[in-house]
Amino acid sequence: MSFLEYAPAPESRSILKLRDAYGLFIDGEFVEGTGEGFATISPADESHIATISAASEADVDRAVAAARRAYERTWSKMSGRDRGKYLFRIARLVQERARELAVAESLDNGKPIKESRDVDVPLVAAWFFYYAGWADKLDYAGLGASPRALGVAGQVIPWNFPLLMLAWKIAPALAAGNTVVLKPAETTPLSALIFAEILQQADLPPGVVNIVTGAGATGAALVSHPDVDKVAFTGSTGVGRAIAKEVAGTGKKLTLELGGKAANIVFDDAPIDQAIEGIVNGIFFNQGHVCCAGSRLLVQENVHDEVVDRLKERLSTLRMGDPLDKNTDIGAINSRAQLDRIRALSKIGEEEGADRWSPDCVIPENGFWFAPTIFTNVQASHRIAREEIFGPVLSVLTFRTPAEAIAKANNTPYGLSAGIWTDKGSRILAVADRLRAGVIWANTFNRFDPASPFGGYKESGYGREGGRHGLAAYLAPGSTSPRARQTALAAGATASASAPAGRTPRPLKKGVKK
Amino acid sequence: MTRLAVPKTYKLYIGGKFPRSESGRTYEISTAKGEFVANVAKASRKDARDAIVAARGAVKGWAGATAYNRGQVLYRIAELLEGRRAQFVDEITRLEGVSAAAASAQVDEAIDRWVWYAGWTDKHAQVAGNANPVAGPYFNISVPEPTGVVAVIAPQDSSLLGFVSAVAPPLVTGNTVVVVASEQLPLSAISLAEVLATSDVPGGVVNILTGSPAEIAPWLASHADVNALDLVGAGSLEWIDLQVAAADTLKRVLPPEEGPDAAAPSLDRISAFTETKTVWHTKSMV
Repeated sequence: MSFLEYAPAPESRSILKLRDAYGLFIDGEFVEGTGEGFATISPADESHIATISAASEADVDRAVAAARRAYERTWSKMSGRDRGKYLFRIARLVQERARELAVAESLDNGKPIKESRDVDVPLVAAWFFYYAGWADKLDYAGLGASPRALGVAGQVIPWNFPLLMLAWKIAPALAAGNTVVLKPAETTPLSALIFAEILQQADLPPGVVNIVTGAGATGAALVSHPDVDKVAFTGSTGVGRAIAKEVAGTGKKLTLELGGKAANIVFDDAPIDQAIEGIVNGIFFNQGHVCCAGSRLLVQENVHDEVVDRLKERLSTLRMGDPLDKNTDIGAINSRAQLDRIRALSKIGEEEGADRWSPDCVIPENGFWFAPTIFTNVQASHRIAREEIFGPVLSVLTFRTPAEAIAKANNTPYGLSAGIWTDKGSRILAVADRLRAGVIWANTFNRFDPASPFGGYKESGYGREGGRHGLAAYLAPGSTSPRARQTALAAGATASASAPAGRTPRPLKKGVKK
Repeated sequence: MTRLAVPKTYKLYIGGKFPRSESGRTYEISTAKGEFVANVAKASRKDARDAIVAARGAVKGWAGATAYNRGQVLYRIAELLEGRRAQFVDEITRLEGVSAAAASAQVDEAIDRWVWYAGWTDKHAQVAGNANPVAGPYFNISVPEPTGVVAVIAPQDSSLLGFVSAVAPPLVTGNTVVVVASEQLPLSAISLAEVLATSDVPGGVVNILTGSPAEIAPWLASHADVNALDLVGAGSLEWIDLQVAAADTLKRVLPPEEGPDAAAPSLDRISAFTETKTVWHTKSMV
């Protein structure tokens, strides 16, 4: 046994109290879905975890009706203070059941337990704590006096951070006074269903949060439901486009957090030790299943060889294997479909002439696995430099001047995140100013915090999650600016500040939706 | 003996220049009483694309200017409008058929609105941005930045005020604009272009097209180099189709508004054409 080898140290699954089958969570109860149920499996060994209900269109309709009732009768009438107290309760319950949630997440998603335990679940609790405090302070959110809730929010989330994305969606929605119908990803429904049990323990009024499991059709039914006032989606840019088209003309408020192809820029004066860790964290965190992953490494030419050599050295020490093992650095790819996509794009990378490298590592026999991979000699026109791979694959490009780094970094239709590594503070400020991305990490990468707004420029979507800005996604301005009010009054318009933030129905005969 | 007037040729305004439509097309504008006023340029798809190229080219300079400088430039527009108010009152009176007093009130409000927006340039980031108290050794700050190129369908029932109300807000933070003027009331827009050309607004920051919004808007909505689409004046168009087309490149879209309060001055109209950038700065050990 070399010093790099460790005895297995698996986290115990005995903390889980899983059911054999899970229903939909509608109106405070678990109910059987009328769609065709499906199994959720562990991507690490393809073993069966539980049977999950699929929500049909009728089930989605029931869930939306429950959310509407809860909004009209309970949640919109409750004081902000009490809404906040429910959110505080949820935060505490998440902390109490943190280990159970972490084990469930790693089991269902394939991510290493050290990530679900030390990153995902603590952030979930933090997100509820942060927004709990906003619930009775909405007047101070910078949206005018007495901003209004939108009504029923339909939320569709991805499989890469199942519970964390749930928290990003539900916490601000409830704090702002909306009720929720949420659809977890098809391959990772488990933690959301345990979260539903937490809502029961919190005694959250029935219907305030409804969770409908299922595949794409369930999500489509939710997004297009006429009684949904707000749609929030995190996922691929392709699906985001389709949702934007579906929602066009309905007046539903829409926020989209979509794909990315982030540049991680390393200047020659960067603190190399930290930069290597940051590059690894940027692209191999969560197997690269991160929309803001630093998937394009831009290295200044004169340090390219040193950075790549040290990166390879570091990758050779990463441990791939059982997600529940406490020493695991790289877990399983979430699904066969995703594995196929990563394999296909990596093959294209080779065919286009880039040099592929992976450390020697033992790939488990069952399950979905992909060794950490680096492509060097990548050109800006290569598909692996342009398309989101959403896996543990890093494309390395070079630059000579800061201007070239900025031009290359911005040469993408995406604009979610970017990284800058340099010891020079003035350069960080200047480069950060010119990067067209919503989140920029200077001498760090993949940091998240409920107080910090997250979201993209360009085709990475619109709207922000987190921070004060994240509230704007779930509120309508209470009153317009004093000047606009004066003008409106002068024009004889009636003040509508006290009316609820209703949607304008899609006008008839104006445009044909495609 | 009455003097024979010298009428003006109304052209487009693209990249700081006044071209005719490349298509050679014009359309006739009449007074409210039906008397001929002018043959106004009827912009084509190519004109729209030229305008977008000009707008894209102007982003770097305008967004990169200091907020103080942008404020001074926008205020300068108000100064020049004030000096030429008689011309605007005359055009509005003729085309809208309103009294000189009503036209004068519209010009007053348009000027005051420029002043209001001009004052926002160096304040918006303070109101819309903030430091974020994250749980770690980072200085974390969120600031608004301009979205880029904004295409605007100006309100159709207002000569000057609607136009100003739609064009000024995206300019505040450093966006550049391609705007389709009111089809039937385009004179004030082109006269405003003369004001812009003689104030200190860099060429390409505001580009003005006259013609048929129904014809031009789809090219703006689908163009990949347009970042946002303000449909405030598109209420009578097939605007849902425009919003669907805009979704292909995930443009930010503002819906149509009707009535005299369309595009009322508000902070939201400024913020709608901004992106929030959040930067995490690592603090060192001391």
